Amino acid sequence: MSMIINLAYFAAAVLFIVGLKQMSSPTTARPGIIWAGVGMVIATLVTFVHPEVSGGVNYTLIILGIVIGGGLAWWSGKKVAMTDMPQMIALYNGMGGGAAAGIGAIYLLQATPETVSNTGLAIATTGSLIGSVAFSGSLVAYAKLQGLMKKTFHFPGQQVVNIAIFVITVILGFMLATSGGEIGSATLLLFFVLSLAFGILMTLPIGGADMPVVISLYNALTGLAVGLKGIVLDNPALMIAGIVVGAAGTLLTQLMAKAMNRPIKNILFSQFGGGGGGAEEAIEGTMKEIQANDAGIMMAYAEKVIIVPGYGMAVAQAQHKIWEFTQLLQKRGVDVKFAIHPVAGRMPGHMNVLLAEAGVPYDIIFDLDEINEEFKTADVAMVIGANDVVNPVARTNPDSPIYGMPILNADEAKNVICVKRGKGSGFSGIENHLFYADNNQMLYGDGQKVAAELVASVKALG
Amino acid sequence: MIIEGFIALYIFMLAAFTGYEIISKVPVILHTPLMSGSNFVHGIVLVGTMVALGHATTPLEQAIGFVAVILAAGNAVGGYVVTERMLEMFKTSKKDDKKGDNA
Repeated sequence: MSMIINLAYFAAAVLFIVGLKQMSSPTTARPGIIWAGVGMVIATLVTFVHPEVSGGVNYTLIILGIVIGGGLAWWSGKKVAMTDMPQMIALYNGMGGGAAAGIGAIYLLQATPETVSNTGLAIATTGSLIGSVAFSGSLVAYAKLQGLMKKTFHFPGQQVVNIAIFVITVILGFMLATSGGEIGSATLLLFFVLSLAFGILMTLPIGGADMPVVISLYNALTGLAVGLKGIVLDNPALMIAGIVVGAAGTLLTQLMAKAMNRPIKNILFSQFGGGGGGAEEAIEGTMKEIQANDAGIMMAYAEKVIIVPGYGMAVAQAQHKIWEFTQLLQKRGVDVKFAIHPVAGRMPGHMNVLLAEAGVPYDIIFDLDEINEEFKTADVAMVIGANDVVNPVARTNPDSPIYGMPILNADEAKNVICVKRGKGSGFSGIENHLFYADNNQMLYGDGQKVAAELVASVKALG
Repeated sequence: MIIEGFIALYIFMLAAFTGYEIISKVPVILHTPLMSGSNFVHGIVLVGTMVALGHATTPLEQAIGFVAVILAAGNAVGGYVVTERMLEMFKTSKKDDKKGDNA
């Protein structure tokens, strides 16, 4: 029997790796997730005959737990709107971290000097700490993105408190790891409470613009926690899947942080523009307004149009109307391309998902490196709901907090149209110099309404 | 114990490089589904929670194990559903006439 179980876990590990590999190309991505799903089902089914899973009440609880957790997740996953995907992923990820912490708690509760080694305890403790932080941190990320919580939260001496809590937690963890199995329940309880508190406190001051990086980081942390639990439970499938995700997630986090030109430690331990701001460069020029009708006609007679979507498009649910507008332009022979900044929206690739939902084929969607040279040759660049990712001060003003961040050079197009709801500055609170540029015109209004007006204006041309 | 000391360390190292290599070739457009997909993969923690609850003895252990199974099942099922939903939407404007292989 144990032969079958081990073979099944091995098969699952292979399927996970093959599945993730296939997800690296749009053409094979869908089979990839299905293969990984098959691996998950095999591993879960075979665990029902695992020798350590005894019958009786525990068996009933396992089935009941899977039905409840799986059922709720199935229902919520089917129902969630594409724009709310980031917080859903944060939520599911947090659940995984919580589960890993739960395994650790049971292991530590059952530990006796006869059954455990200090190495085992150390690994279990580390995994529990990481899992707890990923759990509570992800829940805060979920609450923030879902709008259940005020965007940022600061109090004086916050960082000192965070560091103090972390240090105490690590000391408690060290006590657990070197206890040789004689674990005081008070120490154990305090360890978990402080681990969870640290996850919350660490995430509270981080603003929405940095959330993609944070969710990705917690995803990696959960993977690592699961991998460590795999060692503790002596389960290679858990170990391999967890570590692969941990490593992959770490790389993804780095890629994202790099795209924002924000070292990870700055995201976690400081705030955007918190210091009251350096010298803002004086802005030259004025904002000019354009009407949707004129903008539509301008693009209808252009040869090449590049559309730069941002989070504002997601909020306004404008992606369907934008695609309708794009198709109208294409029928008139206009070359339309979409330019996506790596951190546009609330997750890497968030815009791609929304555009895919609307039916935009991925071969007219380009990322920063692929399209940045093309802005020079574009007649119109239309920026819809994006702000910081097209702000030229990132190139020009060394004092700006976003200086050095790679941006989409929309300002190099012959004409720029910025679709925007109001006159405020972007998520980071930095004035966008693009809005004042000579070749720029502002198109004020809700993204969806503006897109509908653009569609109407092109249709009116016949 | 199947995985002994240094063997565990070797598995750890090789798995880490595997994860790193897989991701390094992923185009930006797939970053969100991929994050979601890797989120699904660590849903394998479900297996661990099943084993942990399986040999739980006290009511406290059973309670923790039960909650852990619920959370893990949520991770696995939710991760799969949203990833699959996202990937379903990716299509190309060129019809099936061209076997796209841009890996």
